[in-house]
Amino acid sequence: MLRSPMLKNGLRVKPHKLQNREEKMSKETPLWEVFIRPRNGLSHKHCGSLHAADEVMALQAARDTYTRRGEGLSIWVVPSKSIFASDPDQAAENFEPGVDKVYRHPTFYDIPEEVGHM
Amino acid sequence: MYSQGLIGADGTTEETEEFLAAFQARIDREEKIEPNDPMPEGYRKTLIRQIGQHAHSEIVGMLPEGNWITRAPSLRRKAALLAKVQDEGGHGLYLYSAAETLGVSREQMTEELLSGKAKYSSIFNYPTPTWADMGTIGWLVDGAAIMNQIPLCRCSYGPYARAMIRVCKEESFHQRQGYELLISLCNGTKEQKDMAQDSINRWWWPSLMMFGPHDADSSHSEQSMKWKIKRFSNDELRQKFIDATVPQAEYLGLTVPDPDLKWNPEKNNGKGGYDHGEINWVEFWQVVKGHGQMNRDRIKARKKAWNDGEWVRDAALAHAEKRAARQTAQAAE
Repeated sequence: MLRSPMLKNGLRVKPHKLQNREEKMSKETPLWEVFIRPRNGLSHKHCGSLHAADEVMALQAARDTYTRRGEGLSIWVVPSKSIFASDPDQAAENFEPGVDKVYRHPTFYDIPEEVGHM
Repeated sequence: MYSQGLIGADGTTEETEEFLAAFQARIDREEKIEPNDPMPEGYRKTLIRQIGQHAHSEIVGMLPEGNWITRAPSLRRKAALLAKVQDEGGHGLYLYSAAETLGVSREQMTEELLSGKAKYSSIFNYPTPTWADMGTIGWLVDGAAIMNQIPLCRCSYGPYARAMIRVCKEESFHQRQGYELLISLCNGTKEQKDMAQDSINRWWWPSLMMFGPHDADSSHSEQSMKWKIKRFSNDELRQKFIDATVPQAEYLGLTVPDPDLKWNPEKNNGKGGYDHGEINWVEFWQVVKGHGQMNRDRIKARKKAWNDGEWVRDAALAHAEKRAARQTAQAAE
């Protein structure tokens, strides 16, 4: 499951503890994040992670681990080390500006009823 | 569940009062804690321990049933047992990856299991000498697991809660196939019904022990409840389990091996419930400390699997490296 270095202003500032370990112990089997498309027309969704030596084995293991009961039609696997995450400490400055701008929503604007549905 | 009330968990933590209060406020607001979020060291350690024990239990739990796959009496039963054991492997993997989000590696957890440092549920240290045990395990052992895992779906740690939701969805089949198997035996010959009764006699008490020590003896429970890692106490869940399963045993025409079992209409705030006899805690602690009937065999089997698989892991990595090197060389041309 998602475990990634933190980003601050676009710079990698604090690699996760585990990433340090992985660099030291090269014999550890790499970690992959698994994304599954549950049905035709839906996007792939993160569902977990697994260890595999390469992408071929990662796809096979993802099929056995995450789709035993028809959970999906398509699988993506992504090396966990390729995923970078936003810093939760910066969640407020990142996302709060998106909340207080009511004028970005259609209901902010008054349209006379006689104009009809718009 | 499979972690039996966090035996040996170290929930000590050294953060400032302010930090702890802010964290507790998030928990109290029912916010989920995610891997990169700030969290007290005690919370992190408790979860690594609990999720790790839970994962190990799923993996070791494949052994007592795997024992019967080749001897299943029909194709229907064999297919069900194979699917169940495969699910348990899958559950172990979901849980290991949830634990890994807390900064512990898979290799480290495996080493701790093999060295005996990490525990797994005491229940898997009992042998499975008869076919009826496949039914009893599904009904009682998986039934007890479900009882515990449903509240874990609301655990405050996001990755653990999400893994538990997947596990619970799949676990219901495990319990039902076990109970159905016992119905078949109980509708069969006298020998078959006796076999079912003998199996319940052996599994009843160990199943009750799965909920962990009495609340009074469960030293780390209080903090875990406060952090909403667990939602119900060991004794509460054990009582729910007994009240649910005794009527199911009666339906089979079988009895549970507890002479002190008695319906008490006063229990559960007047809704009624069963009083039960004293659990053999000496046996429980013996098994937890490694002196159960099958402890040594289980670890031996896991060590063999790990050692025999070493060349496969090495070869897969070597192959992946060779392919990557070849691709780099081709790209350079």
